[in-house]
Amino acid sequence: MPIALYRVDDRLVHGQVVIGWGKPLDLGFIVLVDDGVFAAEWERDLYRMGVPPEIELRFADVTEALRQLPAWRADPRNGLVLTGDVQTMAALVRGAPPIERVNLGGLHHKPGRIPRLPYIYLTADELELLRSLAANGTEITAQDLPTSAPVALEGLA
Amino acid sequence: MSDGMRGVVVAHGGLAAALVEAAERIGGAAGALVAVSNTECGRDEIERRVTEAVGDGPAVVFVDMPCGSCFFAAMRLSRARSDVQVVTGVNLPMLLDFVHHRTLPPADGADRAAGKGHDAIRHA
Repeated sequence: MPIALYRVDDRLVHGQVVIGWGKPLDLGFIVLVDDGVFAAEWERDLYRMGVPPEIELRFADVTEALRQLPAWRADPRNGLVLTGDVQTMAALVRGAPPIERVNLGGLHHKPGRIPRLPYIYLTADELELLRSLAANGTEITAQDLPTSAPVALEGLA
Repeated sequence: MSDGMRGVVVAHGGLAAALVEAAERIGGAAGALVAVSNTECGRDEIERRVTEAVGDGPAVVFVDMPCGSCFFAAMRLSRARSDVQVVTGVNLPMLLDFVHHRTLPPADGADRAAGKGHDAIRHA
């Protein structure tokens, strides 16, 4: 089954992901692709505490994710692939096509970032990277929750 | 009331501020509790807010859910500081008891608060 959602969210595993999207998508698993969390056992244990037992939480770094994405796509359960930044998602889009849609769910204030929506701040480089993904056929939209209206990438400029 | 450990309530939206206001109105313990919201926060910002609210002294951090950005920020701080304890599922009864037992060691204060909060949940 195709991955139900590829999401970029700097809060990683949290309520909007597990409950807000997890319930309507009937998620069977979430893959958190984050090099830092993947390398730290205590962080992995921490994030496991935030996921209900009916959802399996997996961890990967970018290399492992690129290797495992075909298997995740073949999983009969609905899955969500989550990254904490645009660069990591871009690596997946470029390295493991096809990823037809990417959801920007939460990127918050950091130095150099400009507010685009209340929950989306982007640097010029991040916006350019997203535009390059879109130019190659991936639809990029910002949408924090399923009940919110999606905002197209052009609306974030 | 300024003696003893601090209680820091960390929650989604305006929940923490509402709980602290209600606790102060009922318990009369102004200054014992500090509210932190995760609204429009990334991981770094919520951790900064929690760390700033806790300060240098002992504290119990009360979070709304045993998952999510509030919980993870509190747990990261608690991992680095043995004098900072975390209690999940914050409710008003646990806060009202906590403000009058702030001289307990943080771990004991957290255990007591969790028990009082749990006791208050009933099928009435």
